[in-house]
Amino acid sequence: MSETSSHLQEIQDKLGHKVLETSQFRGDNVIVLDPLELRESFRILKEDSALHFDFLSDITAVDYWKKKEPRFEIVYQLLSLQDGKRLRVRVPVSEESAAVDSLTSLWRGANFMEREVWDLFGIKFTDHPDLRRILLYDEFKGHPLRKDYPVNLWQPRVPERPVDGTFVDERSRNKLLRLKKTLANKDR
Amino acid sequence: MSVPETRIDTKNLPAEIMELQMGPSHPATHGTIKFNLRLEGEKVLDCDVEVGYLHRGFAKSCEQVTWTQVIPYTDRLNYASPLINNVGYAMAVEKLIGAETPPRCQYIRVIVSELSRIFDHLTCCGMASSELGAITAGFYMIEAREMIMRIIENLTGARLTVTYVRIGGLKHDLPQDFADNVNRTFKIIRKLLDDCDRLLSRNRIFIDRMSNIGVISKEKAISYSLTGPILRASGVNYDVRKTNPYLVYDQFDFDVPLGTKGDNYDRFVCRIQEIEQSMKIVEQALKSLPVGPVWIEDPRFVLPEKEKVYNSIEGLMHHFKIIMEGIHVPPGETYFAVEGGNGELGFYLVSDGAGRPYRVRVRPPCFIAMGAFHEMIEGYLLADIVPTFGMINMIGGECDR
Repeated sequence: MSETSSHLQEIQDKLGHKVLETSQFRGDNVIVLDPLELRESFRILKEDSALHFDFLSDITAVDYWKKKEPRFEIVYQLLSLQDGKRLRVRVPVSEESAAVDSLTSLWRGANFMEREVWDLFGIKFTDHPDLRRILLYDEFKGHPLRKDYPVNLWQPRVPERPVDGTFVDERSRNKLLRLKKTLANKDR
Repeated sequence: MSVPETRIDTKNLPAEIMELQMGPSHPATHGTIKFNLRLEGEKVLDCDVEVGYLHRGFAKSCEQVTWTQVIPYTDRLNYASPLINNVGYAMAVEKLIGAETPPRCQYIRVIVSELSRIFDHLTCCGMASSELGAITAGFYMIEAREMIMRIIENLTGARLTVTYVRIGGLKHDLPQDFADNVNRTFKIIRKLLDDCDRLLSRNRIFIDRMSNIGVISKEKAISYSLTGPILRASGVNYDVRKTNPYLVYDQFDFDVPLGTKGDNYDRFVCRIQEIEQSMKIVEQALKSLPVGPVWIEDPRFVLPEKEKVYNSIEGLMHHFKIIMEGIHVPPGETYFAVEGGNGELGFYLVSDGAGRPYRVRVRPPCFIAMGAFHEMIEGYLLADIVPTFGMINMIGGECDR
């Protein structure tokens, strides 16, 4: 117990006032970090020789709608490959800004995980190279893992998308046009 | 009469860059996934992976049901190793509760996890080799897989949707003939794997297609957060069972096979070696299996015996409360990782003290591996997508959740 809390103390010393809160729960070390200059804080966590959290396990978010202020929390799971120590970093994000620094320049694997958080929670990552939806489709409206998104909401069907550079056989297209024309005539 | 010299220089044909969409439903990609490729001739210049075709809203669904009702959903994550998902989820909830299961339960969980791992690796290697034309080896491995499936079916009553592990215990104890069945099956699997080894390991075609293809360096593998056999094939010694031992893994003697180059062949060999190590663990666990209960003794989380339910009002109320309201998990958040078939399978759970989870997040190993896929394939040929994708063993249910 004392050993792990000294570990948290060490992190606190290294990051200074960026650490808003430290805690322990069921043996997990948790710190809450200031979203300002987040990338720099993570760079210290990653590159400092004593801490050496060189492996980014996971990025996710939690929506504390009407429970907590600020509303969102981004949760990072870090791991030190040398000694297997884990650290959970929570970063509070308000609904108005809903943006944090992207970590893609530190860990390339952050790319997909941040895209997922953007897709499902609508939290933006500044300086992310390619922030698109990943699990859902582009036409999807809203961000489903937000607590104010109803479970049983239906979204309209997406019409067929023309894709640039797709090879289309002109004969089949003509056939389709003819078919459409005859159907239109029938309706009349 | 002489033929005019109009021979074309076939080595340097003018090639314009072609955009090709491979998938979402392609016979060589077992799973719905789409690659948007830019090709120069046959060389892949750029690969954009599109996932999400099997997205079913796992996390959102979990927030609607009780903690226990999430377990069947976890079966549908990585359906090649559902028991590991069950174990991972149940242990994450137990960590949040602060409960520790009795030793017999822990041993059985190790056994079923390792059986699942063998199942997962056999699926991956069998599919990959049959896609490369080694149909015989593929069939041998599928046969071995079927035997593991029989054991799991005998134990849980289902082939894929097992739902065997419960929060605080197991559905039931092992059947009488379990140990004999496993030992007999392992003997046959070892023989089948021996045959596969002779068919594949020194097979010129197989090695040409696998070796030095899809290479990813040690530094890049760490940077891309890869785990499991892909990371270990690059030479990084990271296995959750060794670095953060859970259950009773620290009591068994097993090795973690490592690769050197980080190519497809290393991944294949790592997986095959891990099957042997897993069989070793199962045999050790069966030998030293302790006697005792498989459930924790805590009425807040465990259903009462049927006799009490039918014969006393207290028992009936107890049963009713647990079924209708769900177990009450104390408020808090936790992350717990187990070593899945494809890598670190983590569960991040948030509880607000009610009977339902507030947030369930799965760290899917193959989703993250697909994030590094473009790095593995760029610069190689179009045909190399098949073995590289095969050795990642992307399972749609887990990747897209």
